[in-house]
Amino acid sequence: MSATTADQARARARNKSGSLRRQHQWALWGSYTALSAFVIMFLTPPFYMLMTSLKTSAEISAEKGNPWIVQSPTINNFVELITSPSFQRYFFNSAWVTTLVVIISMSIAILAAFSLSRMGFKGSQAIATGVFLTYLVPPSLLFIPLFQIVGWLNLLDNTWVLVLLFPTLAVPFCTWIMIGYFGSIPKELDEAALIDGASYMQILFQIFIPVALPGIIAATIFAFTVGWGAFLYPLAFLYKGEQLVLTVGIVSELIRGDVFAWGKIMAACVIGALPPILIYTFLMDYYIAGLTAGATKG
Amino acid sequence: MAEVSLKKIVKEYEGGVQAVKGIDLDIANHEFVVLVGPSGCGKSTTLRMIAGLEEISDGEIWIGGDVVNDVPPRDRDIAMVFQNYALYPHMSVFENMAFGLKLRKFPKEEIRKRVDEAARMLDIVPLLDRKPKALSGGQRQRVAMGRAIVRNPKVFLFDEPLSNLDAKLRVQMRTEIKKVHQMVPTTTVYVTHDQVEAMTLADRVVVMNQGIIEQVGAPQELYHNPATRFVAGFIGSPAMNFLPVQVLDEGGLKIQTADGTRLAVPPQKVDRYGPHKGKRMTLGIRPEHLTETRENAKAGVQQMNALVDVVEPMGMETLVHFFVDGVAMCARVDPLTIARPGEILPLAADMNNMHLIDDQTHKVV
Repeated sequence: MSATTADQARARARNKSGSLRRQHQWALWGSYTALSAFVIMFLTPPFYMLMTSLKTSAEISAEKGNPWIVQSPTINNFVELITSPSFQRYFFNSAWVTTLVVIISMSIAILAAFSLSRMGFKGSQAIATGVFLTYLVPPSLLFIPLFQIVGWLNLLDNTWVLVLLFPTLAVPFCTWIMIGYFGSIPKELDEAALIDGASYMQILFQIFIPVALPGIIAATIFAFTVGWGAFLYPLAFLYKGEQLVLTVGIVSELIRGDVFAWGKIMAACVIGALPPILIYTFLMDYYIAGLTAGATKG
Repeated sequence: MAEVSLKKIVKEYEGGVQAVKGIDLDIANHEFVVLVGPSGCGKSTTLRMIAGLEEISDGEIWIGGDVVNDVPPRDRDIAMVFQNYALYPHMSVFENMAFGLKLRKFPKEEIRKRVDEAARMLDIVPLLDRKPKALSGGQRQRVAMGRAIVRNPKVFLFDEPLSNLDAKLRVQMRTEIKKVHQMVPTTTVYVTHDQVEAMTLADRVVVMNQGIIEQVGAPQELYHNPATRFVAGFIGSPAMNFLPVQVLDEGGLKIQTADGTRLAVPPQKVDRYGPHKGKRMTLGIRPEHLTETRENAKAGVQQMNALVDVVEPMGMETLVHFFVDGVAMCARVDPLTIARPGEILPLAADMNNMHLIDDQTHKVV
């Protein structure tokens, strides 16, 4: 009697695990299908960009042939760009502006997030919410009043204007990510450090920054993306060739009237996309860990 | 090493909520004092005020002869062990233990010497190069203790350090803590909600309830002579039985339960309970003083019948749960005693260990 019951129980367990396996397989198929669709959708433009950058102008303008395949690959577009003094200037401008934006934004964001999440002064909650709300204001609405301010400061058509303006976009989001990340660090950790004899600055530099490194990297990548990829503000505030950054420089240099140098434009885009791609590739795991912590524990 | 004194300490939060209501406590040099009480009784707040992690609303805290009210935690020369270990996750065990010494600019050789000494004492020498995530809960707690020990502070503070460990490890670590205190007899304030931890570790136990100190005393004193109904009920497991009774003087002092059972008060307690005759009071009697009936019972042992509700065999003893006029009671009987639910079991009540509690003041008479 008991043996029969045990057999039945085992059979039930087998059926149950079989149905779980089937469900798991369906879920896997669903995930792969959806992910494949997304991968194709998002990788098509970069693929097209890379293919076009390797074509000659004649091949690009030829009406015959498959536009997705390069018939006679050339690196001329890249060579011409890299040896062009104006392109070098744009790249260099983008690089130093982005570096300064990252340094300034992260310095402000880390200090702000630490004080807002840990020092518990009156109104810190309200300020933290306010910081996030400023991020919700679209930059396209801000550039008109900012134009006035920049005019007063006599910074129009000066690359330094971007060093001043980009942190206004990067700091709120970076602070918000860091508040979330610092908030996920147990309070006992800073209390233990306080008792061990650490000052607030020592707690920040010796405990919080090393422990919150994934969050800091996530915020750094965001600040980098803001500095490197922004188009609207450079377009609105910079005009002269030597002041331009890469995003606007490509457009103003390689589009003359209705003539588009597609090969070079695409090559410039590939070169422009390389630094973010490299950074994302090496720091992706940290980036995801940082964003998740900020999202769930903030 | 130092003595610690709390003088009329108050902690009031915004909105007027008082977590600690003016407590006084003197802790002697080398003493191991345990603050025990239920959640929200103010024990952790008191400890955090001693540590300097909470501001004091009123009163004075003295450590080693100095008022430390406005002294920041790092200058109080204390070390604290937290419930969740609070180890720095990016540092190795060695670095965790050395952190406080490095901040205080100790020479490297001295740091190495102190960490090695503490690691040997706590048996964590092989773990010194590991990161906290590669340690078990018990090992982490040892490292947290090591971090406190290397500082050689005036006072050790423990905030429920064993609560995150499983039952077996908790017993083991309890012994370790006691051993460490025997080797390094630093003045210690230890907070727990576990009365067994309190009883086993403490030189003196401080029972707190709703922001006040109910009683301070040696573990045995608290157990045998509780001052209030709260202490009587909180210390001891299973908890003391409480039964509403009336004190009568009919051919000797007696107490009568609601179901009419009369139990004679032993002669040595007559003087103490005599003035309360005629009053309704509460009888307190521990489960181990309600046992199976025995031949040749000693003086003061009275018989009462219990209608058995639940029987819990524990191996070395059996717990018998029963009701007296709707009040749940528990007796500790010999495991060979036959007790079945629904049957009457005669019990021997050792009235020599009875307590009478005033229903108005909740004080033990």
